[in-house]
Amino acid sequence: MLINLRTAYGEELLALAKENSRVVALDADLCGSTQSVVIEKNFPERYFEMGIGEQNMISVAAGLSLTGKIPFAHSFAVFASGRPFDQIRQSVCLPKLNVKIVGSSCGLSDFGDGATHQSFEDLATMRVLPGMTVFCPADAVETKWAVRQAAAIDGPVYIRLNRNDLPVLFDEKTPFETGKPLVVKEGSQVALVATGTMTAIAMEAAGLLETKGISARVIHLGTIKPLDTAALAKAVNGVRGIVTCEEHTIYGGLGSAVAEALCAAPLPMRMVGIQDRYGQSAVCYDELLVHYGLTKENIAAAAEKLL
Amino acid sequence: MNPERIAELKEKARAVRLGIIEALGLEKRGHLGGSMSCADIVAALYFYKMRHDPKDRFMPDRDRFIMSKGHSVLAQYAALAEAGYFPKETLKKTKTLGCILQGHPERETPGVEANTGSLGQGLSIGIGMALGGRLDGLGYHTWVILGDGELAEGQVWEAVTAASAFKLDNLTAIVDMNGIQAVGKTCDRYDLGDIRGKFSAFGWKTFEIDGHDMTQIVRALDEASEVKGVPTAIIARTVKGKGVSFAENTHAYHNNLLTKEQQEQAVREILAM
Ligand SMILES: Cc1ncc(C[n+]2csc(CCOP(=O)(O)OP(=O)(O)O)c2C)c(N)n1
Repeated sequence: MLINLRTAYGEELLALAKENSRVVALDADLCGSTQSVVIEKNFPERYFEMGIGEQNMISVAAGLSLTGKIPFAHSFAVFASGRPFDQIRQSVCLPKLNVKIVGSSCGLSDFGDGATHQSFEDLATMRVLPGMTVFCPADAVETKWAVRQAAAIDGPVYIRLNRNDLPVLFDEKTPFETGKPLVVKEGSQVALVATGTMTAIAMEAAGLLETKGISARVIHLGTIKPLDTAALAKAVNGVRGIVTCEEHTIYGGLGSAVAEALCAAPLPMRMVGIQDRYGQSAVCYDELLVHYGLTKENIAAAAEKLL
Repeated sequence: MNPERIAELKEKARAVRLGIIEALGLEKRGHLGGSMSCADIVAALYFYKMRHDPKDRFMPDRDRFIMSKGHSVLAQYAALAEAGYFPKETLKKTKTLGCILQGHPERETPGVEANTGSLGQGLSIGIGMALGGRLDGLGYHTWVILGDGELAEGQVWEAVTAASAFKLDNLTAIVDMNGIQAVGKTCDRYDLGDIRGKFSAFGWKTFEIDGHDMTQIVRALDEASEVKGVPTAIIARTVKGKGVSFAENTHAYHNNLLTKEQQEQAVREILAM
């Protein structure tokens, strides 16, 4: 079953807003895409259209949080994290404010618009900020969990969302926990540690490896920061190597986070991700996944090289 | 300006509009509305006002053009193809993998001077070009097209004050004031008030025109390039989607797909304009 992440996000944000009157939303002329439009429709007084002005939006969100509101500030990932980086650092993270930043249409998912709209750097830039929590959900269920968790955390949170219909991997019983890895498939020889959209693709890669007689464990990391290092070390225990899988540059994102976490007791690693490049336009998403080497075959090949 | 020349320019504008439809193609989402609203201005710049030569792309004193609202680049691609910077055939391949015509302007494309697409940065890039030209004693003029929604970006107003401070009379900002941004009407979503008054207050010489009236466009471009001592802004009242009835005055075709029938209708209507 496929569910659109943006739709799931909007549904949960609305449900949250109904329960908690402190929740407010801001957007920079993309509320239809990001789905913050659900707040504008249902609680117009709690929606703030900031025009195409992301920097102002983030500092305004900081101010709102100082009045006890829980602001969710939205744009495409590239604009939500990139344009106002200084505002996120200075207005929000340094004073530890309760601001939620939602980066929509992340990675390659805005395939037509090309490099300016495709965000491969946001996990890295958001992750380097002390105090920031970074979620990168893999499906609709986890997206909803991330919305709830973001509201429960008293501090800055970045949620990275893909714009597509994605397979549902989890259910209400999935024991999500901030910072904890989730073993989604058991296996003994190699660990595929994935985040966001790449978790479903890593599952397929594990299937492919199985046909070649290789047993792959799939571990989903829906939180890029904070990361429970001990739990991660435990999750990869016993395998001979790790392949990290992310729809993001290999510099500074999931792969780096895993390498940093395990550097005291390292395992051989390979990183599947964007190889230090910018994006480009294409007629469909899958074409770009192939072009940038983010397929199950790429993951399986990386795993085979480790063994 | 004699009527024949105006008629010729109107034909160029028609070619630009047809080129936009060609580049948009089928089964590809694209920014029809904002490309159509600036088509007449883009045609006047490339086929009347600007000094440029597709056979000598890097001549130092060429006039510079920046599509600050980079999503409207389809209009620029169509003009560049019409001017001979690359074969018209290439338009069809816009936004396909590996094509020189990307979703937003990139310098790899012959004739494109600056990368834009993240709104609000083009006028600042234009200031740099204008400063560089002045430093080198080159007489070129820099023309920057901005969207009215784009004017919400704070950087635009940093640029507006900078151009004034540097007295850049070799720089013109053209605001494609179609009154609509991505999600709705600019006045409903985020009201910028009196745009012309704002530029004037910051020390710019301003002109307000009908951005689809070729005679007015040509006159404003001429007058703007003659002004001395201050930067100039042309506030062009336009219609988003101009020329394609179902896309006019709506945000529905800000970034959208065309069906085969819609494509045919668009071509018919543009030919009848
Ligand atoms: C910094 C930034 N934020 C958001 C966007 C997404 N976006 C692309 S076009 C657009 C609306 C532009 O409206 P306007 O400037 O009025 O252009 P026009 O109506 O002429 O198309 C938005 C929000 C972007 N490209 N850049």
